[in-house]
Amino acid sequence: MLVQTNKLKATTENVMQVLSAVTDPEIPVLSIIDLGIVRDVIINNDEVEIIITATYSGCPAMDMIAMNIRLAMMENGFSKIKITTALAPAWTTDWMSEDGKRKLKEYGIAAPDKNFNIATDGVECPQCHSTNTKLLSEFGSTACKALYQCNNCREPFDYFKCH
Amino acid sequence: MSFLIDYTLHLADSNLILAQRNAEWCGHGPILEQDIAITNISLDLLGQSRNMYQYAATLMGNGATEDTLAYLRTEREFKNCLLVEQPNGDWGQTVLRQFLYSTFQQLLYQQLQKNTDEQLAAIAAKALKEIAYHVRWSSEWVIRLGDGTVESHQRMLHAIDELWRYTGEMFIPADYENSFGVNVTALKDEWMQKVTSVFEEATLPIPEKIFMQTGGKTGVHTEHLGYILTELQYLQRAYPGAEW
Repeated sequence: MLVQTNKLKATTENVMQVLSAVTDPEIPVLSIIDLGIVRDVIINNDEVEIIITATYSGCPAMDMIAMNIRLAMMENGFSKIKITTALAPAWTTDWMSEDGKRKLKEYGIAAPDKNFNIATDGVECPQCHSTNTKLLSEFGSTACKALYQCNNCREPFDYFKCH
Repeated sequence: MSFLIDYTLHLADSNLILAQRNAEWCGHGPILEQDIAITNISLDLLGQSRNMYQYAATLMGNGATEDTLAYLRTEREFKNCLLVEQPNGDWGQTVLRQFLYSTFQQLLYQQLQKNTDEQLAAIAAKALKEIAYHVRWSSEWVIRLGDGTVESHQRMLHAIDELWRYTGEMFIPADYENSFGVNVTALKDEWMQKVTSVFEEATLPIPEKIFMQTGGKTGVHTEHLGYILTELQYLQRAYPGAEW
């Protein structure tokens, strides 16, 4: 089978464009750019090195994200791709884009909020926007989220924790 | 170099074994939210240990990988402290073990993040953000159960009885810690203060001076580690090199 590829020139801009279409497998509305896990792109002739960082040490999505980056790059005609994982500086939700936070809310996940650096009752419900909400657990469906319930609309929801 | 490798393996092993212990709760937690909490903690610890094993494998060369280090070393080669390999017991024993370890790990990594070894420092700095959650969660549970019902209080006393004798080892350095590792002896007072303040709120007594078991850091373990490794390493032992 012939794979259709669109050859893109190796520029930082083009690479970032490709990466902005790679999403987090756990939260498919967020791209890896929105999440702030792409730290750098280094172009050396026709080799592209992409430096990423993990959100949490044990995030199981990282292996898949690295694979998806490779696939997306290959689809766009890049063949020499190097993916490097950097540990320092440690990832923080401060690197999440404003656009990313908006997309999170629309998707039904409360976005990181500086007023709730430590998760406590009162994070705004992404469904009905009430702040009459209750923290159920600091640990949620993935490492990056806490579990809440809204006392107003009674819906449970996830909060993407400040980190 | 060999001290650095041993030290990195020691840090990795303690986290891996506690991750494995906590993972035994998967599907058995007292309620769904807490089942998720303990397995989340397990995942954090596993991720931290993977970072350490990957680093140790790079230092070792010769085809070592994070997998060979976790799956193909024997009991006597594991350098985890004895506390983390102790059985889960009831929920009280599990949360107490987590509290005693996380409180220690937090103090340890606060120093480790300043280490001259940049990779260990980076792993520690990242892990500290996760450990803050573990300390908070386990402290709350120790207080809730210690200062709970007659039954829960009794169970926490039993848990202290089971686990306290394994805490002393954490503050006695092994050879490989002496050269450049964190000075663990110096962490003891602060650890004791933090544990005492939570125990006081939990209406639990700090045990009188008792005999402390040692050996884990140099590969001399309690009987439990062999059983843990049997389960953890089963697949790679039965089907060497299996991948999927």
